[in-house]
Amino acid sequence: MAECHPVGFQWVMEAKQRGAAVFHVDPRFTRTSALADAHVPLRAGTDIAFLGGLVNYVLQNELDFRDYVLEYTNAAAIVDERFRDTEDLDGLFSGYDPETGSYDPVSWAYADATAAAAAGHRDMPKDGHAGSASLAASPERAGAGGPAVSAKPHQDRTLQDSRCVYQILKRHYARYTPEMVERVCGIPQEMFRKVAEAVTSSSGRDRTTAWVYSVGWTQHTVGVQYIRTAAILQLLLGNVGRPGGGILALRGHASIQGSTDIPTLFNLLPGYIPMPHAHHDENLDSFVEDDAGATGFWGNMKAYAVSLLKAWWGDAATEDNDFCFGYLPRLSGDHGTYRTVLDQIAGDVKGYFVIGENPAVGSANSRLQRLGLANLEWLVVRDLQMIETATFWNNAPELETGELVTEQIPTEVFFLPAASHTEKDGTFTNTQRLLQWHHKAVEPQGDQRSDLWFYYHLGRRIREKLAGSTDPRDRPVLDLTWEYPTEGEVGEPSAEAVLREINGVGPDSSALSAFTELADDGSTACGCWIYCGCFTDEVNQPARRKPGSEQSWVAPEWAWSWPANRRILYNRASADADGRPWSARKAYVWWDATEERWTGHDVPDFEVTKPPDYEPEPNARAQDALSGTDAFVMQTDGKAWLYVPTGLLDGPLPTHYEPQESPFTNLIYGQQVNPVRHVYRHPANRYHPMPTERGVDVFPYVFTTYRLTEHHTAGGMSRFLPYLSELQPAFFCEVSPELAAQRGLEHGGWATIITARTAVEARVLVTDRMRAVQVQDRTVHQVGIPYHWGPNGLSTGDAGNELLSAALDPNVHIQESKAATCDVLPGRRPRGPDLEELVRDYRARAGITEDTGITTGRVGTEGTASE
Amino acid sequence: MSNQLYGPVDDVAQQAGYEPDHPPRMGFLTDTSVCIGCKACEVACKEWNGVPGTELDLLGTSYDNTGDLGANTWRHVAFVEQAKPRRELVDLGMPAMGPPGGQEAEQPDQDLRWLMMSDVCKHCTHAACLDVCPTGSLFRTEYGTVVVQEDICNGCGYCVPACPYGVLDVRPGDGRAWKCTLCYDRLSDGMEPACAKACPTDSIQFGPVEELRERGQQRVEELRAAGIDEAQLYGADPGDGVGGDGCFFLLLDEPEVYGLPPDPIVTTRDLPSMWKHAAAAAATVAATAVAAFVGSRR
Repeated sequence: MAECHPVGFQWVMEAKQRGAAVFHVDPRFTRTSALADAHVPLRAGTDIAFLGGLVNYVLQNELDFRDYVLEYTNAAAIVDERFRDTEDLDGLFSGYDPETGSYDPVSWAYADATAAAAAGHRDMPKDGHAGSASLAASPERAGAGGPAVSAKPHQDRTLQDSRCVYQILKRHYARYTPEMVERVCGIPQEMFRKVAEAVTSSSGRDRTTAWVYSVGWTQHTVGVQYIRTAAILQLLLGNVGRPGGGILALRGHASIQGSTDIPTLFNLLPGYIPMPHAHHDENLDSFVEDDAGATGFWGNMKAYAVSLLKAWWGDAATEDNDFCFGYLPRLSGDHGTYRTVLDQIAGDVKGYFVIGENPAVGSANSRLQRLGLANLEWLVVRDLQMIETATFWNNAPELETGELVTEQIPTEVFFLPAASHTEKDGTFTNTQRLLQWHHKAVEPQGDQRSDLWFYYHLGRRIREKLAGSTDPRDRPVLDLTWEYPTEGEVGEPSAEAVLREINGVGPDSSALSAFTELADDGSTACGCWIYCGCFTDEVNQPARRKPGSEQSWVAPEWAWSWPANRRILYNRASADADGRPWSARKAYVWWDATEERWTGHDVPDFEVTKPPDYEPEPNARAQDALSGTDAFVMQTDGKAWLYVPTGLLDGPLPTHYEPQESPFTNLIYGQQVNPVRHVYRHPANRYHPMPTERGVDVFPYVFTTYRLTEHHTAGGMSRFLPYLSELQPAFFCEVSPELAAQRGLEHGGWATIITARTAVEARVLVTDRMRAVQVQDRTVHQVGIPYHWGPNGLSTGDAGNELLSAALDPNVHIQESKAATCDVLPGRRPRGPDLEELVRDYRARAGITEDTGITTGRVGTEGTASE
Repeated sequence: MSNQLYGPVDDVAQQAGYEPDHPPRMGFLTDTSVCIGCKACEVACKEWNGVPGTELDLLGTSYDNTGDLGANTWRHVAFVEQAKPRRELVDLGMPAMGPPGGQEAEQPDQDLRWLMMSDVCKHCTHAACLDVCPTGSLFRTEYGTVVVQEDICNGCGYCVPACPYGVLDVRPGDGRAWKCTLCYDRLSDGMEPACAKACPTDSIQFGPVEELRERGQQRVEELRAAGIDEAQLYGADPGDGVGGDGCFFLLLDEPEVYGLPPDPIVTTRDLPSMWKHAAAAAATVAATAVAAFVGSRR
């Protein structure tokens, strides 16, 4: 956190000053470890074993916050008798189909619940590749609105029923003992106990513990389940919805949260409304019926969706034409980055916009990315600097090896200089869901333009070209509301007008103040329902900057947070079932019986007049179907899910699997890797042998990639600046003295790091901060590889991402870049065709074929859609 | 006025000739216990003051690649990566203190420490650089800080060896001496220096020196109470060899660990006695000469 989020780390330092104990769990000793009370080193890729160990510690010692667990989680829910756990099937859950590498989650549902039925409603894509079940559980469908389950599953509030979630959880994690944690993660038992005691003793009525994570947790083939394990732990300890608790996701860039809320993701619409599916969502009603739970606040999804359609298509969207629902693009499968890149190589993609990213060096298996870039008709790169993605045709490593020839690359590259955040108005949405307005400080120079300018004028020109067209396919573009006031010489659109459109307007065209005002009859328009209220009273709320010293400690008048300016989500859980604070020290939101309303320090995340003893009518829907203790109001059953009956592709409970590339067999189960991870069979994306396969020893070391404070991601914002470049002037790798001795590496000298994909060279930092870990009675060395570099700019070097393969988490299609294997040699790498020969030689020695590493899982191949 | 070159001084600006209504002496307290080594101070300093970049060179000294304070590095973050020294404590049989779980076996990783410290010009009470500057380019500001005026500096370089901390440096290709100005221009506009403004954890605190000394002392006591016995202030004592620094540090170990001189002494301390000795020697020479002539006449 200190490395990559130094500004946010000030709050950790402040908490530490106030007595908080800070633990840093990381394979490497970083600047964060330097300031923490203790560093807990573990083998990269084993966090579920570690967190599962903590869950087990809580359950075995009955340290869970029982009142909280009973009221606010699904611990008491009874699960379908057909469900089989990894305990029964040696690492698999029931419903696994080895043919398709996917699960049918029907047996994971609550007993006698409508979950299965709800899933069954979801029809099958017409290409027949994926079964209905996997579509139902697919995050392209349900990751957003939240999957639907029945509001009230059968419960056993004594938690004794062997099929209740609590007992299933207990059995599932029984294997994750301190001894097992030590053998899998390399964390000594003493240290594990110290963490476990600190976490449990700092949770409960009077105290809370927070977990903070970043891409070190997400970038794995089981990334989603890493976070889920933390969620289970936090829920058992009662650390969600309360001050000082939670699981805090630190995002990779400024406003990545914003680009999830109003997404740059292929499978979501603004406000986490799922993108409709080509064969599935014929009309608005069926779309809403399948994706919105009938209960909980997602029960109002039609109002959110219709308001969005009204914001986009204005008067053209009417009840008669389904509010232009047919205009929305449709999903036809996985359109994630890596799938798209393979499709580029196969020649199925014509054009590519690259905005504020640098995939030529910034994405896993960079060579794969460049091969894709080199097979397009056109490429638009908008960036602050002439990054490698814009110059790959001129200086890609493949030109040196002869694999690509500039003259034969068909891609026409357009480079458009972008304005930086100081040169434009707009918002940043941070990890706390806080929208903070920034004002333009200086005018952009020359041809530099804001993204807003670019898209507005691109749309305007396209619309001018299409004007008068009678082709129905042009209607969606021609009918768009595209009137924004512009200012200045270049015609910069008003960012505030866009924010107001996102906020939404009512029938009288004045700004709405809350998403509860949204209607499904077309009378309201709102660009993103969760942002509704950010322009309350026609005031730019994110621009508020009242100092903390002039307001309450929750600081509600600093900027604006979604939803409804609420600073902590699900804060109903900060009070007990009767609405009283769990303790005076942790009082946050409570029921005022005299006033008969919820009140407190924050905006209550609950209907303010719904009393704690409210019981819903049998046929109630949406939020009316939730009781006065159903604190998790976005869930259809109002409970936080320890166990996920539907919605995830890789199982209802997090389970330790080894990374795609690991020198170790899975000690906990027979199943080695996530059985439903996505892997791609492609000559440029070969995997290393599994530990049971011949040749695994050819790549004996574990490596992990990461960022340094001094540079920003793939370097576009830092490697071109002298003041930042001088601070970290070259690509380097970090190794322990023992590994240096083993491989003859010299401090300050060069090392060549090799995987089945390619080899890169890096300067060597030999440091005690890199430590070998003892795992399964063996010593494993880890190599640290910061990934900021590329050939352009001032501080240059090979790109660490070249080394990685594309092996993805099935739920969110993120690549496993935090744990893989490699070999290390002293000296610089070969040049030209010799480089390819070195890597070919390694592949031959390891016996790598197109099937290596692809034992199970969903396999995509060259040129064909994987779903 | 007493203590012109050495010893405690109550009001350094007044000593330099400012009227008594001058602003209070301003400085930095750099608290290394919360420094995260982000180097925002280095960058903010360069951005604000237009300091040139340095040559790109991977030094291999942990994460430090700018090396040292110099003409082109006015803030410098040092990284000290080393084994934690073992300090054997005498067991007095008192109740044990410490984190929950009591005394744990030593973990190998706990033997490692990574100290970070953002170094800067100390703006000494007795600034030898200023004393030796022949052009008056170096001067004492109304805030009690020491600033080089680049339009007056003639590049003689006398100030470079005069500094007991090795802060002053002559810029290659330019010839003039450059160093931290404590953002004199920002202070005049009521703003804090760029490095302090940029510091995310408030490791660099800017304020009146008197106040910072108290705050530093309090923090040392807090840290010691928390079991960090080596916590200490460095450069805050007006009785030290430079009369106390305007910019001082809270260190987590002895100054040598960070590469700081343990007992800096203003290099002009002995100037009066040197002049006295020189005068005495001159007088002796003169007397001898006179005596010789007088004697020869006999």
